[in-house]
Amino acid sequence: MSGEAAVFARGLTRRFGDFTAVESLDLEVAGGEIFGFLGANGAGKTTAIRMLCGLLPPSGGEARVAGCRVGRDTGALKRRIGYMSQRFSLYEDLTVLENLEFFGGVYGLGRAELAARADELLPRLGLDAERGRLTGSLPLGYKQRLSLGCALAHRPRVLFLDEPTGGVDPVARRGFWDLIYEQAAAGVTVFVTTHYMDEAEYCGRVSIMVQGRIVALDTPAGLKARTGGADMQDVFLRLVDA
Amino acid sequence: MNGPAGNDAPAILVEDLRKSYGERAAVRGLDLAVASGRICGLIGPDGAGKTTTMRIICGLLRPDAGAVHVLGRDSAREPRAVRERLGYMPQRFSLYPDLTVAENLRFFADLFGVPAAERVTREAELMEFSRLGPFRRRRAGQLSGGMKQKLALSCTLIHTPEVLVLDEPTTGVDPVSRREFWRILRELAGRGLALLVSTPYMDEAGLCDDVVLMHEGRSIARGTPDEVAAAFPRRLLEVRGAGLPEALARLAASPRPGVKVHRYGDRLHVVHDDAAQADDVARLLAGAGVELHPVAPGIEDTFVELMAAPAGGEATP
Repeated sequence: MSGEAAVFARGLTRRFGDFTAVESLDLEVAGGEIFGFLGANGAGKTTAIRMLCGLLPPSGGEARVAGCRVGRDTGALKRRIGYMSQRFSLYEDLTVLENLEFFGGVYGLGRAELAARADELLPRLGLDAERGRLTGSLPLGYKQRLSLGCALAHRPRVLFLDEPTGGVDPVARRGFWDLIYEQAAAGVTVFVTTHYMDEAEYCGRVSIMVQGRIVALDTPAGLKARTGGADMQDVFLRLVDA
Repeated sequence: MNGPAGNDAPAILVEDLRKSYGERAAVRGLDLAVASGRICGLIGPDGAGKTTTMRIICGLLRPDAGAVHVLGRDSAREPRAVRERLGYMPQRFSLYPDLTVAENLRFFADLFGVPAAERVTREAELMEFSRLGPFRRRRAGQLSGGMKQKLALSCTLIHTPEVLVLDEPTTGVDPVSRREFWRILRELAGRGLALLVSTPYMDEAGLCDDVVLMHEGRSIARGTPDEVAAAFPRRLLEVRGAGLPEALARLAASPRPGVKVHRYGDRLHVVHDDAAQADDVARLLAGAGVELHPVAPGIEDTFVELMAAPAGGEATP
């Protein structure tokens, strides 16, 4: 991969006492790529993500995310990444606009900048008409788009999504993924973790982690060809349960 | 007054069920039947009314209107009688994290009044069945997500119910543990239990004998998974190849009336109605570096089409 990878890890390792949660992780994800980071419960995904987000220092190896050295440039790293979890934490008694401004403000955006960013993001998220509505009164699919907006408010270069579309109806999910493709086309790198293999199908490349190590990394089509799996669910079971 | 109780009567029978919370209608006229020995999937997104339906079936919530019978007993009038023969696993099943696997089972056995003589055999049977035997002395709080779900299911089964109602038992569980969990459910159906299982995940529909797609308090389609997939009222064309971005750009630049385009990672699905539209799309994409193939719809395609359909309509085979 030429140029600098948006997410780069070499030999990234994390131990907890005698237990090695992540063992020598190697990874290179390009700018604008949608990367699926899969694995069974307890495979080490969460530990790896926490390191990549600057929340947990590695025990060994090196990693760079959005040009920042993991474990060193932690402050800058946090400003260059966005994070959205399935259990997103929006303020229910704030309006849509207020939530967006709050999260943007946390990342140090000024008033004028926040207003401009809201005008840009809300129509794109399909939330322009809802800007004055209380967040608590919104349907789940809307909350999810708002949550994405909050994670994007400070224009992160890398966006981490943790099971982003759990629980929403398939139409809302498709709408959500259209937004993700739009962000990726604009150069944002999207790093997705999920247990749901249909979400894995939406990714450009995916890695599968077993017991702290990546055992496979390829496009969904490549993984299907290699394992003979009919779909990603099948691929996952063949690799993880081997 | 008892409802239908003959041998042919379904184990769970729900007729024109309605329930509102204040202004908000959670269930609006739902019909549902689950026979013994079968797994029925209640499939829909959060807020579709799945949990409300299940709580009414279990006699924990009173319906505003409609009838609910479990093994011939009315859930609203005889909730105790219903619960004696029914196991309910709510979305957040409360295991005691400080108690071991064996102690949790013991606790639920006491709660359900399982006689001491029966209890030991039953516990051994459930340990074997759930493959939790090696972990019997481990604290529940220290189990993996998949094992916790299996323990919760075992606690639900402690009083040997004939009907099982499971609310999103596999949400947040990894694919390997989910497969194991479904294997257990299939085995229970094989022993003659009637199972109603809710899930927000369309890909679990194929593991059920019957499915009910639920949206905004109503059923929008029902039948076997194949029947529901076949209820997709339109046609699908799959587009894939290196020229996908070009194909997307062309489709976006000249939208065709009645034709919908969905992107799925490395391919597109083009929803259309007839051969003329398919030919038209093929002409538009000629030379773009993509291949077009008709594909069979899945449950999700049906769900998406029917949830956009006017209210009140339901596709039945």
